[in-house]
Amino acid sequence: MMIQSALRNPLIKGKKTYQSITTDILDPMRSKPGSLWYIGIFISASALLLGAFMIFWTVWNGIGTWGLNRTVGWGWGITNFVWWIGIGHAGTFISAILLLFRQRWRTSINRSAEAMTIFAVLCAALFPIIHMGRPWLGFYIFPYPNTRGMWVNFNSPLLWDVFAISTYFTISLVFWYVGLIPDIGSIRDKIKDGWKKTVYKVLSLGWKGSARHWHRHEVLSLMLAALAAPLVLSVHSIVSMDFATSIVPGWHTTIFPPYFVSGAIFSGFAMVLTLMIVTRKALNLQDYITVGHVESMNKIIIATGSIVGLAYITEMFMAWYSGVEYEHYALMNRATGPYWWAYWIMMSCNLITPQLLWIKKLRTNILFTFCLSIFINIGMWFERFVIVVTSLHRDYLTSSWTMYKPTIVEVGLFIGTLGFFFTAFFIFIRVFPVIAISEIKSVMKSSGEKVSGGKVPGGKAQSEISQSGNSQSDKTQSDKSSEKE
Amino acid sequence: MENSNTITIVFEDEQPMLQAIKKIRESGAEIIDVLTPFPVHGLDTALSMKRSRIPWVGFFGGLFGGLLGFGFQAWVFTVDYPLVFGGKPLLSVPSFIPVTFECTILFAGLSMAGAFLIKSKLKPDKKFEPIDPGITDDKFLVLVDGTGDTSADKIKSVLVGIGITEIK
Repeated sequence: MMIQSALRNPLIKGKKTYQSITTDILDPMRSKPGSLWYIGIFISASALLLGAFMIFWTVWNGIGTWGLNRTVGWGWGITNFVWWIGIGHAGTFISAILLLFRQRWRTSINRSAEAMTIFAVLCAALFPIIHMGRPWLGFYIFPYPNTRGMWVNFNSPLLWDVFAISTYFTISLVFWYVGLIPDIGSIRDKIKDGWKKTVYKVLSLGWKGSARHWHRHEVLSLMLAALAAPLVLSVHSIVSMDFATSIVPGWHTTIFPPYFVSGAIFSGFAMVLTLMIVTRKALNLQDYITVGHVESMNKIIIATGSIVGLAYITEMFMAWYSGVEYEHYALMNRATGPYWWAYWIMMSCNLITPQLLWIKKLRTNILFTFCLSIFINIGMWFERFVIVVTSLHRDYLTSSWTMYKPTIVEVGLFIGTLGFFFTAFFIFIRVFPVIAISEIKSVMKSSGEKVSGGKVPGGKAQSEISQSGNSQSDKTQSDKSSEKE
Repeated sequence: MENSNTITIVFEDEQPMLQAIKKIRESGAEIIDVLTPFPVHGLDTALSMKRSRIPWVGFFGGLFGGLLGFGFQAWVFTVDYPLVFGGKPLLSVPSFIPVTFECTILFAGLSMAGAFLIKSKLKPDKKFEPIDPGITDDKFLVLVDGTGDTSADKIKSVLVGIGITEIK
């Protein structure tokens, strides 16, 4: 038997039974959506339509509709790409790395974070594809035998990106779906007959919870986590190499891979918090996604945010210590040049505000966390903007110096991806359980003796759980007596 | 019911089920399957299940993917279309590592997921009917082979003192 710490609070609150967990999590899917859901999906779907129109506009008229020029060849497009990929990283971090570290609180948030990963990677993948100008020739990026007799350049980080992101998407999807199979089984057995039931029957792949299947399922989840953990680190490292392998001042640094990876997890957790704080309220899941979960995520935000902050300061130090005047200028231009405001938005949102989370009162405050998560989302978007634009717009050749301003088309595209992301999430919460039902049940510890031994000074939730556990064993007791009769 | 000779014992929680499994096995009856709504710890050892070989599938899948990824890049740049990039050697191993790594992960992951589905015989099946809708909710089922001299009454006598919800 597992040894329970007497100091830890239970992961979910309230008197739950296995059955009430199933109903609590499936109810939001079975009932009619509230007016908030309709308003939400209306706004996000409108944004999605705007984005679709801007894609059409870009493809029809060409990349000239963007604000790019010969000096700044990468603008909002690549900024959004890196931002979205980074957001996806939190999902894999939660489902893979926290699984390997046996952080069991992840069970309340992993499913929706994984879904978020998939939607975010789709948003990200859009930008390089439309930036090609002729997206119908996008298959050129894959190595396939062709009449030109040529292959793709395997020495290019842009090609590594193709492999990294397609692998990342595939593995994330597999991981998500494999985890979903038992939960789809739960929906299948709970809803009434109809076309929906048929769909869930097909998707559940005939899952019946056999011990042998569970054993394989657990081994597979653990192995996929072991693969996804280095994968997620590799993806943003490779994305950072798009910049770091070039010689542009401000890009050509060796700290980029770890700096990007921690920035990705930092921004991803901010997005998870933004979504989860709304979701727990909207779907009435406060017992499952507790303040404890929010606090744990906030701790990861402090850790990764501080690494990001350290990277910013290291960049400053290296700009001076390297003695390279171009590097020195690139930094000074970021902080005091024409884009100074972007740099200081980045600094204040990513370096300064997350440090407030050292105060326990603030990191357990839901409203504060929500506002802060928005700050971080904005700050991390500006980080990528600063890296991309301020490095490019003034590099070695003074005669090419220029400014970059996005057009309405680029803004519309970005809003469109936000629209896609939220529309997909709104649909997701209607068709799949937002919380991994079977995983939550395995952390519930309903058998009284497991938790009743835990002595927590003033741990109210703890005593509630052990009460429910006792009542459970009382029930079994009465079952026993009826059995004897 | 899967067939009429199967004795189904229903439990409401994992602990009585684990105790019951131990007693049933001691009595000599054969357990066909155990159905639970979530992975129960200790069930693998209680049923003396062999460890899954999925990690080995992953190892060989990954090995294949890695060799394929590296081999392909090496073949392209040394045999099929030798081209010098930036004055570097044709076989520039360091820059082949990212793609090799991603191929390793991709093949390992997909082969393991495939092995899981094939070995567990999980497939899209419109006609599937679960034995009991509670198995994905709050019921723990132990299916015992009732073909020999094992009967429901015998199992009942073995399990005296353990909380059973239903036996049929």
